Amino acid sequence: MSRSKPLSPHLQVYRPQITSVLSITHRATGIALSAGTVVLLYWLASAAGGSEAYAAAQGVFSNGLVKLLLVGWTWAFFYHLCNGLRHLAWDAGYGFKISTVYRSGYTVIVASLVLTGLIWACVLAKLGGA
Amino acid sequence: MSLRSDLGRVKGLGAAHEGVGHWRLQRLTAVALILLALWFVTTLMGLIGAPHAEVVAWVGQIHVTVLLLALSLALFWHLKLGLQVVIEDYVHTPWLLIAAQVATRAFAALGALVAVVSILKISVGMS
Repeated sequence: MSRSKPLSPHLQVYRPQITSVLSITHRATGIALSAGTVVLLYWLASAAGGSEAYAAAQGVFSNGLVKLLLVGWTWAFFYHLCNGLRHLAWDAGYGFKISTVYRSGYTVIVASLVLTGLIWACVLAKLGGA
Repeated sequence: MSLRSDLGRVKGLGAAHEGVGHWRLQRLTAVALILLALWFVTTLMGLIGAPHAEVVAWVGQIHVTVLLLALSLALFWHLKLGLQVVIEDYVHTPWLLIAAQVATRAFAALGALVAVVSILKISVGMS
């Protein structure tokens, strides 16, 4: 059997549109969040390791570059969450009208950005006040 | 020996030979994660900059321990199911496909274990 058969999906032959871009972003954020679990595990394991390990972890998390990565993961989290709700609605049979698909898509983009902003406004307020 | 008919055994199993189990679990863990992850992220806001003792006391509360354990299991299960589908769709080289699937399972299993052991260690007061 030949192994050179064309296999789906052929992402490169389609013109990008909001439906496909959001779908690919759902997967991309899923992969990014999977990698991000390492940060969650580091936080948990350092807390389990004792006060010295936890203080070292807090030092790592206060680094500017790490904070920037955490902002990225926060957005990936809210995007995957909001678009996941969209997928669950489709699974339940709702929201298939093209105009609805577009509207829910733009809503997901705006909601993920607003929620990320809210969380980091909260984080910076807490750090500033501490 | 099974008394089930051949038709009864294959019905509903489809091309993946595992029926809708994967699909259903992905949705089930997704719904669990909506609640658990939102709870975690919002509660985490109260722990920003908190000293070690405060974090340990928080994790040690029985409801927090249980919810964190539930979050860890749902999270790494959902991770395994999601990455598995992406790999099935994009990796077509046989040996690479198997290697990637094994690596995903190992990462998910180890990640879940690290989380569970850390949470339990804190919870029983060993941190």
